[in-house]
Amino acid sequence: MTATRLPSSGVDSAGPVPIQPESPRVDDAAYTKASVGHVLTLYVASLTPRSVAAIRSVKDVCERHLQGRYELEVIDIYEHPTLAKSEQIVAAPTLIKKLPLPLRRLIGDMADEHRVLVGLDLRTKDEAG
Amino acid sequence: MQTESPNETGRTGIAKCRTGIRGLDEITGGGLPRGRPTLIGGAAGCGKTLLAMEFIVRGARELDEPGVFMAFEESEEELIANVESLGFALGTLVEENRILLDSVRIERGEIEETGEYDLEGLFVRLGSAIAEVGAKRVALDGIDALFAALPSEAIVRAELRRLFRWLKDQGVTAVITGEQGEKTLTRHGLEEYVSDCVIFLDHRMSNQVATRRLRIVKYRGSRHGTNEYPTLIDEAGFSVLPISSLSLSHRVSRERVSTGIPRLDAMLGGRGYYKGSSVLVSGTSGAGKSSIATAFADGICRQGERCLLWSSEESPDQILRNMASIGFDLQPHIDRGLLVCHAVRPTLYGLENHLVGLHRLVESIRPAAVVLDPITGFAAVGDTAEVKTMLTRIIDFLKGAGITALFTSLTQGAEPTQLERTDEGVSSLIDTWLLLQMVQSAGERNRLLYVLKSRGMAHSSQVREFMLDNEGIHLSDVYTGAGEILTGAARVAQETRDQADNLAARKAHEREQRALELKRRDLMARIQVLEAQLAGIDEGAALAKTEEAQRVAVSAHNEAVMINARGAD
Repeated sequence: MTATRLPSSGVDSAGPVPIQPESPRVDDAAYTKASVGHVLTLYVASLTPRSVAAIRSVKDVCERHLQGRYELEVIDIYEHPTLAKSEQIVAAPTLIKKLPLPLRRLIGDMADEHRVLVGLDLRTKDEAG
Repeated sequence: MQTESPNETGRTGIAKCRTGIRGLDEITGGGLPRGRPTLIGGAAGCGKTLLAMEFIVRGARELDEPGVFMAFEESEEELIANVESLGFALGTLVEENRILLDSVRIERGEIEETGEYDLEGLFVRLGSAIAEVGAKRVALDGIDALFAALPSEAIVRAELRRLFRWLKDQGVTAVITGEQGEKTLTRHGLEEYVSDCVIFLDHRMSNQVATRRLRIVKYRGSRHGTNEYPTLIDEAGFSVLPISSLSLSHRVSRERVSTGIPRLDAMLGGRGYYKGSSVLVSGTSGAGKSSIATAFADGICRQGERCLLWSSEESPDQILRNMASIGFDLQPHIDRGLLVCHAVRPTLYGLENHLVGLHRLVESIRPAAVVLDPITGFAAVGDTAEVKTMLTRIIDFLKGAGITALFTSLTQGAEPTQLERTDEGVSSLIDTWLLLQMVQSAGERNRLLYVLKSRGMAHSSQVREFMLDNEGIHLSDVYTGAGEILTGAARVAQETRDQADNLAARKAHEREQRALELKRRDLMARIQVLEAQLAGIDEGAALAKTEEAQRVAVSAHNEAVMINARGAD
């Protein structure tokens, strides 16, 4: 885990957060923590090929666009069915962007990078890929 | 699950899951297909959610079948609050872990589709919910909201198909509700995936009264009623009518029950109505229908039995006051709990509500007799066919329960053609029909009563004058002499005249008798004289006959002597 972190109070606002230069550790498949910019949770339904593809795509996008500025947690809803209920998971895979606001749910295998970037508010809808 | 009762599996072998909803189990022949999904379609506000909820609640509360209710349109708190007034105690059932609520909320604006997905999230939630409470029943309320929430219709369709198959594999009996489409049963054609049982709910207005109806569109492998059945949502939940079967197989009673009027009992073969029969009292306004009804109710209560008096025109207080004026003190019966007055305007609810209300009252009071006074007001709520259907159901229900029913009906005109029919068209269903008629003569209006028909008993064919005073109801013979019917003062006057005439006639007759007697005596005397004369004549004749015989004998003797003396041969 990286030593640098943002004060937790700072993440309450929807505004931009300072860029963190360090590279986060991405080798832990279940949990990747960075000094907080984007707080993301990826819910998958067991490790199906679709789940694996989604995990890989999300990590890839994050590394390329949010390096050091994101938190990513991967949760298998089969192991945590109560989270599926409390987090209102219907589709799988679902990536929930809790921060920055507004909250967004990205559903699918994350194959469409343009839409992933739009969903993460890293790109507007009309912006060309 | 198939061991509960023989009814559980129909003749066709389909296992049924009792809903516990009044009437629905009857028309489905035992309930919904067990272990299979059932689709409930209908427009907004038709009661889909309530039907699904009642299915779950009744299962958990009464049939020991825990359930999962997954709502796609309402939150858990809303669900609990919405059925609070129905006494379902949903909150308690949830706390006791017999029902699990899960509200699925999808904000279309939050969703970004990034590729292929499935609805495994729903499966996980349902699967864990079913496992948590050991659910036997599942309701998916408003599942077509998924179509609006998720961008890819193709995926939703494929996943719903998979979901319904999965529910079958889980062995749960599921109800799925879906919004009505323009040309299809449900907007998104859910009926395509749910092929076992489809129920359609309808909510429409007629005569400014809302009526709800339920129809079983299909029920694979099972016999079911195909009509549109009136349904009702009230404080006890959902009810489907008929809530009793409409067969004619009820057992009839040979017992009699007094009409409360001795003279009327006498007219009906001496012993009153048949127990469990239907009695109609019809007549023009003010003819005394309610009085006959009250006399009957009073008689029932006097025998210590319960009676339900369903009034659609007068309030209970008004009934008590009015009936006290003709000598019926109903208050003690009410105090003893024998008489229950239920006053409700027919136009207040639809016909179905009245029917269900009557059922509920009858079931809670368990009366020996029910009086509906009058049934005429119902015509304002529905058309003749509907009213007749409802009254038929009431009559059938009460007959089936062995309850004697007395209905009063207002007839509009006094002509025989108008009198001997009812606006409600129920006369053919009635066992005993009493007709009250007003006749006007000598400056007064008087009441006549006669028995138009009375099935299965010898009854009087005579007209009686029907009188009300502060001591009650009296029936008396009408004056039927001289080719006319007289009542009231005219009858009394005529009777007095008749008495005077009678006396004079008797006197004349006696005089005549005396004259004839004198004549007879005179004749008798003359007969005696003549008989004496006749005897004298007879005597003379006999004497002459004897002398002649002697003469002949002497003469013959003399001739013989002469022949002998001459020696002739």
